[in-house]
Amino acid sequence: MASKMRGAVDLASHDLASCLRPANSRAMEWRDTGILLSTRKHGETSVILEVFTPDHGRHLGVMKGGTSRKMVPHLQPGAQLDLRWSARLEEHMGAFRAEPERARAHLAMANRLMLSGLNAVLALLSFSLPEREPHVPLYRRSESLLDLMGQPDLWPLAYLRWEMSLLEDLGFALDLASCAVTGGTEDLIYVSPKTGRAVSRSGAGDWAPRLLPLPPVLLGQGEASNTEIVQALGTTGHFFEHHLAPNLGDDPVPEARARFIDQLSRRAE
Amino acid sequence: MTRRNDPIEALIALMARLPGLGPRSARRVVLYLIRKRAQVLRPLAEAMMAVSESARECLNCGNVGTSDICEICEDTRRANGILCVVEEVSDLWAMERAGVFKGRYHVLGGTLSALEGVGPEDLRIPGLINRLETEEITEVILALNATIDGQTTAHYIADQLPGQVTVTTLAQGVPIGGELDYLDDGTISAALNARKTF
Repeated sequence: MASKMRGAVDLASHDLASCLRPANSRAMEWRDTGILLSTRKHGETSVILEVFTPDHGRHLGVMKGGTSRKMVPHLQPGAQLDLRWSARLEEHMGAFRAEPERARAHLAMANRLMLSGLNAVLALLSFSLPEREPHVPLYRRSESLLDLMGQPDLWPLAYLRWEMSLLEDLGFALDLASCAVTGGTEDLIYVSPKTGRAVSRSGAGDWAPRLLPLPPVLLGQGEASNTEIVQALGTTGHFFEHHLAPNLGDDPVPEARARFIDQLSRRAE
Repeated sequence: MTRRNDPIEALIALMARLPGLGPRSARRVVLYLIRKRAQVLRPLAEAMMAVSESARECLNCGNVGTSDICEICEDTRRANGILCVVEEVSDLWAMERAGVFKGRYHVLGGTLSALEGVGPEDLRIPGLINRLETEEITEVILALNATIDGQTTAHYIADQLPGQVTVTTLAQGVPIGGELDYLDDGTISAALNARKTF
């Protein structure tokens, strides 16, 4: 009887301890830098921040006072923030405290192409990244791309490279090193819409009309004109639409990407 | 203590759903109204009833008024060919408070938002294009918020407008009474870029 009682007491103390302590050893607090992807109003004074961080991936959390006049200018999408996240349990959404590191919205607002580009980058990250999964190389590329916002002439090519790295990071990398049919490395002018591998002119044969174009800019060659970049984005777009999006659910690729390409096409004309 | 069918409790519950009020402040407001029944509660109830029966959106501009066409649209002194495009009715009312703009307005009813899936068809953009033709508009002022979504919408509208219409936007910079030390980087940058001869 006594041992039964002692067992009950032990069990009770164990339950109490587990309530007071986190269920596992992982920290319920972290500090990281991050790119603000979006904000959504939560109640009257709070916002839900969606950020992309190097060590914690795409992460959401509530920020109290996020609608205040003091904070709103700092919480524009694309801003670089110093973030502290805390929650009682790891699976909770948790709360953010954020301080601005550097703003980017003003650079985007000054230029129509940059504005549509910023929207495209943030929308694609939000659309394609799973929550709380680190993607360090992609994060570094995204930060570098956004830091180029003040240079509209360099940006379209940097954006194309970033899209290729996004596809690569999510498992849909284009393999453009050699021809999928002949194994040769010369005269690569097509991409297979199924495998994402390069195909040479001779290897394409009768299949050429069904293949995607491989402009030199995708191989890191040529002058990288806006016309070529638009053509290359058409090719990467195929993999977003027909490979990535179907794997993520029923939602289509964000419209913001098409708007950016439309702006770039106008500039190319 | 609370009774489900008590009208006072029902009023408190409704008040608690208003912006800026919670259950405790709603209780305080209701107690105040009951104490000031003749001076505040009855006139308030009558005013609310009148507004609930007469308030509607202006068919022309989207402003909220008590008739199908609002006072601003009907005011012939305002027909000067300048149209100010704003996001929400609250923005229109803010512009009117300043009392400096004597043209007409067009309320979009929101902004384009890539992440929230708001597209051009969800806003009053077709109505705006129609008005340009019927009201002989020569200038469109895009008075949209200085946010990513606001400016994305402004650029989209500018692309849709015919070439002969002058398109302008509000200036961005240091607010009246603003101290540089407290301004964000973006505002300081915009203010510096838009500096003028003193």
